[in-house]
Amino acid sequence: MHEAAIVQGILDIAIRTAQQNGAAPIRCIKLRLGEFRGVVREALEFCFEAMKRGTLAEQAALEVETIKLRAACANCGEIECAPRDYNFLCPHCGEVLNILAGREMQVEYVELD
Amino acid sequence: MHQVMLETNILEQNETFAEHNQAHFRAHGVFVINFMSAPGAGKTSVLEQTIQLIKAEFKLGVIEGDLMTTLDADRIAALGVPAYQITTGTVCHLDAQMVQRALHNFPLDGLDLLLIENVGNMVCPAEFNLGEDLRVMVYSTVEGAEKPKKYPLMFHQADAVLLNKIDLLPYAGVSLAELERNVLEVSPETNIFPLSCRTGEGIEAWVDWLKQRNAEFRQTPAANAAAVH
Ligand SMILES: [Zn+2]
Repeated sequence: MHEAAIVQGILDIAIRTAQQNGAAPIRCIKLRLGEFRGVVREALEFCFEAMKRGTLAEQAALEVETIKLRAACANCGEIECAPRDYNFLCPHCGEVLNILAGREMQVEYVELD
Repeated sequence: MHQVMLETNILEQNETFAEHNQAHFRAHGVFVINFMSAPGAGKTSVLEQTIQLIKAEFKLGVIEGDLMTTLDADRIAALGVPAYQITTGTVCHLDAQMVQRALHNFPLDGLDLLLIENVGNMVCPAEFNLGEDLRVMVYSTVEGAEKPKKYPLMFHQADAVLLNKIDLLPYAGVSLAELERNVLEVSPETNIFPLSCRTGEGIEAWVDWLKQRNAEFRQTPAANAAAVH
């Protein structure tokens, strides 16, 4: 379960930011998480609750915005589509689709007291 | 209360370590391959077969990631190739920092190729860049045709997919064409090599491709800088 490693990354970023702001307690951490990542939401939340204890993020809420997978075909004039069943071949012409969104894994912002 | 905008990559620390690893590999002129698969797909067998075919021509080193045991590292060492074991304990993947620590104990001097066998797991290793040049996935025919759709990320990021155990196709209940189609839908630009470690069929085609990729790497300015060094 690599979600523990990912939560550690999230906490490192948030706590570093809180320390740069006078060790202010963290109220909320907002993530942008693409659908096309190997992250299980429940596992992420479980690890977050366990790992935030005793840190500046002890009282923090985790807010996750899921970003849908979207792609486009350059051959068909950049028509956007949502790949079905992770099929990255264009349904119209068979060309390889370019991924536009769905690979995000970011801390967008933190809210401090 | 105030909001601090960050837009920071969560795995940025791993990326930083991966860049350091890559620089270290470049300084030694070593071409690095990260092997990934589900448990039991035959990753260690593929490594054994590959090593036997190229060890006369190239100086090889192997890093083995394993949860607990040194069984796989022992199998590689038996081939007369230096093997270093990273025991991850409860961690289900190798990360760039583990590889960096291993490099302190595992000299790259004189090596041409470094083969890294990741922990057997279809999800977690896909998220962690180690600083490698090639990602190779081993997918055995007996795992069923749906694997690429269930674990798309690892397939999507693989430069090559080795379809192992083709000798078992008559018993697997799937056709080679179906397996190949599912892989290519998820990862249209990957290279597929059907093979069998048991019969040896197809191994040479894969090894020829690997040698070709290594030769291309040797043509790059980065590799040549190391050679002059
Ligand atoms: Zn198209």
